[in-house]
Amino acid sequence: MAELNDLKYTTEHEWILIEGDIATVGITAYAAEKLGDIVFVELPKVGSTLAEGTVVGEIESTKSVGELFAPVNGTVVEANEAVSTSPELVNSDPFGEGWLVKVQFTELPELLDLAAYTALTGE
Amino acid sequence: MHKCTGTATLESEFPFKHGPPPKVKAMVVRRETLRLMTEGEFHPQPCLQENSVTDAEEPVQAHPRQSPLHDVHAAAGASFTDFAGWLMPVRYSSDLAEHHAVRTSAGIFDISHMAEIVVEGPDAAAFLDFALAGKLSAVAVDQAKYSLLLDTAGGIIDDLVVYRTAAESFFVVANAGNRVPVAEALAYRASGFDVSVIDKSDDVSLIAVQGPRSRQIVAETAGISEIELDALKYYWSSNGTFDGLPLMVGRTGYTGEDGFELYIQSDAAAALWAALTIAGEPFGLVPAGLASRDTLRLEAGMPLYGHELGLDIMPVQAGLGRVVNLKKDGDFVGRQASEEGARDGARVLVGLVSEGKRAGRAGYAVVDGDFEVGSITSGALSPTLGYPIAMAYVDPGVSEPGTALAIDVRGSRVAASVVALPFYKREV
Repeated sequence: MAELNDLKYTTEHEWILIEGDIATVGITAYAAEKLGDIVFVELPKVGSTLAEGTVVGEIESTKSVGELFAPVNGTVVEANEAVSTSPELVNSDPFGEGWLVKVQFTELPELLDLAAYTALTGE
Repeated sequence: MHKCTGTATLESEFPFKHGPPPKVKAMVVRRETLRLMTEGEFHPQPCLQENSVTDAEEPVQAHPRQSPLHDVHAAAGASFTDFAGWLMPVRYSSDLAEHHAVRTSAGIFDISHMAEIVVEGPDAAAFLDFALAGKLSAVAVDQAKYSLLLDTAGGIIDDLVVYRTAAESFFVVANAGNRVPVAEALAYRASGFDVSVIDKSDDVSLIAVQGPRSRQIVAETAGISEIELDALKYYWSSNGTFDGLPLMVGRTGYTGEDGFELYIQSDAAAALWAALTIAGEPFGLVPAGLASRDTLRLEAGMPLYGHELGLDIMPVQAGLGRVVNLKKDGDFVGRQASEEGARDGARVLVGLVSEGKRAGRAGYAVVDGDFEVGSITSGALSPTLGYPIAMAYVDPGVSEPGTALAIDVRGSRVAASVVALPFYKREV
């Protein structure tokens, strides 16, 4: 699990771990908690091109449907197959095994740091 | 026939039979505020959807009401949701775990947001025969009946559970979001009857214990006495005490499991919750929130007002034709419209099942080829069954079990089959 301080965040409750030109993307514990028990995750296919701010996947809980927004422009290099078969990983370990996709990006948009994100959620 | 001789008396007596009446302040539906209203002028509050697809991120209202058990829930780590103007537990940890606990052992729910209205007086039975769709005069003392409050057009103002607590006294339990329209309709319809209609919602708390172990748990709860649990049949109630205070226990529920609903004065609710929780611990009792309550009732094929029921729905469309007693003597509100029936081609409620994991949700279209033939009212990936289930109103021509249809799930078609309700039935 990554250190929360090392991550960047979006207003759509995603976290991004930046390593070189690869962004690993997941949803925050706050978002997972708000959704409830996650039972279905649909992720973009490896090789697909993402446009920042567009809906690229879905995260369904028993009660709700959450949309996954692309936090950066780029190409999907890996999708977490483990969460497709075990969606509960997003609840149990949102910042670790519950990661969703890895995206190769060319430039980063403006993202929130932990303090700004925490201010947003008020938690 | 119904001359205005009713006496809507002021009452503050606790509604249950046993024990001393506690000093509680009853909110009284005042007749004079209703004189200007006619039957067609009721404006039920929009029924807030129980944790719909959209509400997870919506801000709560400025001042939602809190249950008398709020601090207990907060201490137990509950997440809250605004439901019908109340801040209620949506889940404590995992809604799936809470759901499974109710199916396999037991869950305890705070449903104190429900409204309780006492109808009493010499004409109470005759009045309810007129005001409601069922024949309440045929209900025995201590028996309960599921009923409907209709408007003159035959639409559903609310669905209710009515307990007969004495020969001349009934206890009407309504949905939280319909408290005002139900209380107002009953008070308005009381004109000409010697009855009083008293809204006790603020004084009464309601705790449900549901699941196959619920009987043992209630039986072993310290402080509960005089409740005859073993003799208590489904949809009957028993009066006793908890810590010397009046307690009414109904063998009723909204989960499809055996279970009990316990009515207690609000200032004793926390003590009763604690006692039930302690007794339930060895049986695997867990606190359960509205999220699991919704998936449980959906699997059991039970309608939720605002989803499967509403003013624009006639009971026959919802499969509740049997609840409207056209054989009873005398007029009742909605009789003429009910006798005329729903208009030709009116959509009817069905169950839909599909494969995979993507559930149809409330509002999603049901399609047959290129044609939209219906709309989903509730849907979820069934925790018990493992596949998506939904209730939907569809055109009568495609309502037969076995009919192959499809659901438009956010732009993609998911094949679905019509099935008879309920989806889940417990083994007796």
